[in-house]
Amino acid sequence: MTESRQATQQAPEILAKRQKIVNELGPQLPAECLLHSLEDLAPYECDGLSIYQSTPLAVALPYTVEQAQKIVRYCYQQQIPIVPRGAGTGLSGGALPHEEGILLSLARLNAILELDTQARTCRVQPGVRNLAISEAARPHGLYYAPDPSSQIACSIGGNIAENAGGVHCLKYGLTVHNIFEVTILTAEGELLTLGSEALDSAGYDLLALFIGSEGLLGIVVDIVVKLLPTPHEARVILAAFHTVEEAGNAVGNIIAAGIIPGGIEMMDKLSIQATEDFVHAGYPLDAAAILLCELDGIETEINETTSRVNQILLESGAYQVRVSENDQQRDLFWAGRKAAFPAVGRISPDYYCMDGTIPRKELANVLTQISERADFHGLRVANVFHAGDGNLHPLILFDANKEGDLERAHQLGNDILELSIAVGGTITGEHGVGVEKLGGMCSQFNTEELNQYHAIKSAFDETGILNPGKAVPTLHRCAEFGHMHVHNGELPFPDLPRF
Amino acid sequence: MKQNKDITEQMQAQIMDAISSKQALVIRGGRSKDFLGRKVGCTHLNTAAHRGVTKYEPGELILTARSGTPLKEIKKLLAAQGQMLAFEPPAYGDSATLGGTIACGLSGPRRPYAGSARDFVLGTKIINGKGEILQFGGEVMKNVAGYDVSRLMTGAYGTLGVLLEISLKVMPCPEQEITLVFECNAGDAIKRVNQLAGQPVPLSAACQFNNQLYLRLSGLSVSVEAARQALGGETLNNAETFWEQLKEQQLPIFNTDQHLWRLSVPPARDPLPLSGNTIIDWGGGIRWLTTNEPVQQVRKIALNAGGHATLFRNHDGIGEVFHPLSPALKRLHKNLKAAFDPEDIINPGRMYLDL
Repeated sequence: MTESRQATQQAPEILAKRQKIVNELGPQLPAECLLHSLEDLAPYECDGLSIYQSTPLAVALPYTVEQAQKIVRYCYQQQIPIVPRGAGTGLSGGALPHEEGILLSLARLNAILELDTQARTCRVQPGVRNLAISEAARPHGLYYAPDPSSQIACSIGGNIAENAGGVHCLKYGLTVHNIFEVTILTAEGELLTLGSEALDSAGYDLLALFIGSEGLLGIVVDIVVKLLPTPHEARVILAAFHTVEEAGNAVGNIIAAGIIPGGIEMMDKLSIQATEDFVHAGYPLDAAAILLCELDGIETEINETTSRVNQILLESGAYQVRVSENDQQRDLFWAGRKAAFPAVGRISPDYYCMDGTIPRKELANVLTQISERADFHGLRVANVFHAGDGNLHPLILFDANKEGDLERAHQLGNDILELSIAVGGTITGEHGVGVEKLGGMCSQFNTEELNQYHAIKSAFDETGILNPGKAVPTLHRCAEFGHMHVHNGELPFPDLPRF
Repeated sequence: MKQNKDITEQMQAQIMDAISSKQALVIRGGRSKDFLGRKVGCTHLNTAAHRGVTKYEPGELILTARSGTPLKEIKKLLAAQGQMLAFEPPAYGDSATLGGTIACGLSGPRRPYAGSARDFVLGTKIINGKGEILQFGGEVMKNVAGYDVSRLMTGAYGTLGVLLEISLKVMPCPEQEITLVFECNAGDAIKRVNQLAGQPVPLSAACQFNNQLYLRLSGLSVSVEAARQALGGETLNNAETFWEQLKEQQLPIFNTDQHLWRLSVPPARDPLPLSGNTIIDWGGGIRWLTTNEPVQQVRKIALNAGGHATLFRNHDGIGEVFHPLSPALKRLHKNLKAAFDPEDIINPGRMYLDL
């Protein structure tokens, strides 16, 4: 784990590099666009995953695309690493600064440029908050569908870097399904548009490749998002189960019956208890698991799906089923789920959020094994689950002030990643690899696959200045961490560029 | 029915041979889409025998199949469980395979409302131009580990590697589907359809030609009936056949020796100033055009409208078929081609002359 560096202990060569940037890049920008005093840099030392911290040489905060372009061109010319940052809410350390690099914050590029109600699109800058797009579109009966839980704060640029999801993505898709076009600054500082306002573009689908690339392939400076009509009405069904297995099967039964709910979420016993103490949403405390199932559409449609889903839930073993009777009750049912993370924060000094995706039928098996491994490490785990799409968020409870607890939390986290892979899932469903899951990448992918990723990176960024050291581990690192995916008993070490 | 078979090793060996003899290969599946793209080469790598559905879990909405699996076999298997490929892929022939469908990245009339082929691709297993077998994505809906290579492969016309297996998200079939017909010219149809798409109406396809607008509604019976009442229009008989013929380009209007162009433009764009016959599909997003207009003129108008133009049928397959790329994009495409296929072994020239 990266140690938090005390700025005062910085080496003279770091100080010299910083001064060089101040001297050379500083005059090209308004004074407030380049932060370099240790005091000003401190707030940027980490993103939403604060256990990793590092001080950059400088933080650049451009107001315009032209200023951003100047910064990237300067960095390319000087071969200075660039770490792009949106709102800094990411949970995998993707915006962790590089000690010898510039942190490029896109927060001031925050204008909604154009809302086209006829085309149902909205052109925005990367620093616009996710929720702000839906707020701007609401008067026109439209909204932007992907809704990560941090949507009040997270930026659309960051959403694109991470291919962010949310509670409604089984029905309405991830970020990649809801973007028409992005304009990026390449590593060389050139503007390049990927995708278009048409439904496809000539050539390779570079837009799909770019979304979720964690700032390694380019820096997004302009985005056209797709807007959807706001559903007339939404209702939430709360169902309580005596076992996790029954709850998991109920989700499969709803989907197999041809119903795709707007959202379907599961919480386990510890999550239920923590949130109920916090927001008093009326969750049944004796349940082993609850499901929250949102149905949306026109009224007659919801009436029909509600009664069908009710029936399926009861047949699947739910011992209690409640339907929200009005918007307030619906919001209250959701309030518990949405407050799950802070609620867990109240019952434990620290928690560490994991993000695997698993085949849903493996849920009971995975939760049992997580529980056994948690016992082994002497820790507790609360689980919330985007049940429709199999994205599991185990929250590992620990106390960073207790000796060895952080290490144990990390070990348990790694166990959970390995478990996700073993059951046919993935180490990250929506939070990204960042710096956090580099070890997991070594387990999930073999040498040739990692090499292919590096080759893709080189196709966009030959010299490797964009967000180096994130998202895709070097083979060297995989070997060091003992995670190497061994094929046919061989452990090849081809010469590789080291990003 | 032919037997399921895994011929990965055979294909890999053929690629290794091709690399050592520096002899490029052209991927061939069911040959239903030979007419698409540029005509190239003569040594084939056949994928049709690499077939079989390896996983289908209706409750998880996941299907995985080998690339040579016939599309119709997959559709039949899904239909038996009340499910479908929501991107409604055109087959252009009985022999169409899943691999060819994904390699060409084609989607049918449902595309603007349900999503495109790449939207439903969750994972792929491929052989790249170095003969390496690689796996990307997976069999889960949400997966952000590594670059999204599976979606990059979709619509790459095999130029980045041979598809071995593809995992898809499948969707339930709608309970009811009806088609309403209105008398309506192209300009009004585009306006009307794009306004409707901004409202919670269960629209699943919209097309216009010969002064008729066809709107398909799909969903629960109660929603479809409510929309029918609100929209009016005549209900079309044999609607399923109509959409099938549109998707497969079997309507009489497609029967021509002139160039058939596929113009992909922002859906709300007004009708384009080009002579010839136009069929508007994808709610305005695609304009199928049969015309004698010069190639450069068609490309220029498509580009000015914010879109791109593909020569789809009735072309010689020698010049550029897809819309030429800007120099910066072309460079990036070449870099990516080199990243996957450094020796130019797989499908070189199939998509673009020098790619």
